[in-house]
Amino acid sequence: MTETADTYTPRTRFAVPGRIAVSEQAATLWQTATITGIRRETPHAATFRLAVPDWAGHLPGQHLMLRLTAGDGYVAQRHYSIASAPDDSRHIELTLDHVDGGEVSGWFHTVAEPGDTVEVRGPLSGFFAWPGDRPALLLGAGSGVVPLMSMVRHHRAQGLDVPLRLLVSARSPEELVYAREYGAETTPVFTRSAPEGVVVGRMAAAHVAPLLAEQPPGGWEAYVCGSNGFAEHASRLLVAAGQPVDRIRIERFG
Amino acid sequence: MNVTRGFTGRPRVHNEALPPGQYDAGDDWPVLSAEVTPDLTPAEWSFRVDGLVEEPRSWTWDEAHALPGSVYEGDIHCVTSWSKFGVRFGGVSLDAFLSVVRPHVSATHVVAYSHTGYTTNLPLADVTGGRAWIAWEYDGSPLTPEHGGPARLLVPHLYFWKSAKWIAGLRVLDHEEAGFWEQNGYHARGNPWEEQRYSGD
Ligand SMILES: Cc1cc2nc3c(=O)[nH]c(=O)nc-3n(C[C@H](O)[C@H](O)[C@H](O)COP(=O)(O)OP(=O)(O)OC[C@H]3O[C@@H](n4cnc5c(N)ncnc54)[C@H](O)[C@@H]3O)c2cc1C
Repeated sequence: MTETADTYTPRTRFAVPGRIAVSEQAATLWQTATITGIRRETPHAATFRLAVPDWAGHLPGQHLMLRLTAGDGYVAQRHYSIASAPDDSRHIELTLDHVDGGEVSGWFHTVAEPGDTVEVRGPLSGFFAWPGDRPALLLGAGSGVVPLMSMVRHHRAQGLDVPLRLLVSARSPEELVYAREYGAETTPVFTRSAPEGVVVGRMAAAHVAPLLAEQPPGGWEAYVCGSNGFAEHASRLLVAAGQPVDRIRIERFG
Repeated sequence: MNVTRGFTGRPRVHNEALPPGQYDAGDDWPVLSAEVTPDLTPAEWSFRVDGLVEEPRSWTWDEAHALPGSVYEGDIHCVTSWSKFGVRFGGVSLDAFLSVVRPHVSATHVVAYSHTGYTTNLPLADVTGGRAWIAWEYDGSPLTPEHGGPARLLVPHLYFWKSAKWIAGLRVLDHEEAGFWEQNGYHARGNPWEEQRYSGD
């Protein structure tokens, strides 16, 4: 199959433009953030509210870089999605899973208290951001629901009427992050145990197909977020159900 | 220094091979890509080099495999702060492809693009002189699709977003043209030793 054409045309147009121009200054500047509140979400996840006095604002879906510094100068940096909707409170919220043996999430879950400071830079990446303009179909699992929740909260806070649907997977009802906050836009999927009368199992074609059947005008913009295993699975379900690949944005937590 | 109360970090041995801000991912190999993993077979794969070259051309899977093989053994570094030590990739040095197409003297940069449409920019000097590969094997086995199989670009001395998965070609240019992540706020070059993560670093 020796190619003869002068210019190469990719099989897909992945190069979906970044939606947002990222502020270079915000992206490179480390800022001190003070923990002002801690809210338990599930036995393994908690939300940390941070005051960031010079926060430049963010869009739902964006993440930041967070850094902890030890007394000997050692630093650990990790990415965290922003859970809160954009507002002018100069506060943001992060929701962290307690990863077994995790250096940074371990500190948050066992040491952190209101008044402690950490450093953040961001927001970063305009790719996964959702300004609230196009119909959004959101698929998340575990803590992958964090940036999607920012979108749901934004949708509510702004009273947007652009269609928005969330499919969220958790091991059990107890491990469903933000369980109390979901409304009619959300369908939870439980993989290990479920409430009476709800089927236990992975997210499947049967969850995705009806949403793709009811195409809103202009079609869905799909946002997939979670572990790599989930991202692979969910993005393949979307493609199999007919969602165009260049309208799927994926954030993998590793 | 802004010390975090009660944070000590994991017990660690100082490792000179770890660039600043990175941690050792050990046996893990996280997947970070914003795209749907394509189903791309070796028969469908091709690799093209064009732009400012004497003789643009494409290679099929078999033609590329007929070039002299070359192995990279060493470390890789991802901008999301993990590094992976002692990895082994098999493929062909980019020099083998470039010596056939012969870049013009005016050439300074390349845009690498993938079969999905992903793009990333690199200085020509970073992909010549035995510093870049087209890789199709990892640890003696075919590269898996989620890690860029059947073949990816490998530029191990730069952050790994430069090592475009599902590589389809290089366009040789006499100027720099930002690729996908570079347009989304990432650094133009991405040298892990200088922590060139975001534009402006
Ligand atoms: C864009 C993005 C957004 C993200 N958003 C979120 C979010 O909103 N919420 C969230 O909870 N997570 C999020 N993550 C994941 C997050 O960045 C961290 O990976 C996660 O919190 C784990 O970090 P940690 O320091 O706690 O664990 P780490 O210390 O990194 O450990 C992770 C695993 O590796 C093992 N490990 C690693 N190094 C060693 C070592 N030297 N010795 C022994 N064991 C080791 C640990 O035991 C553990 O199992 C996001 C990731 C990305 C890329």
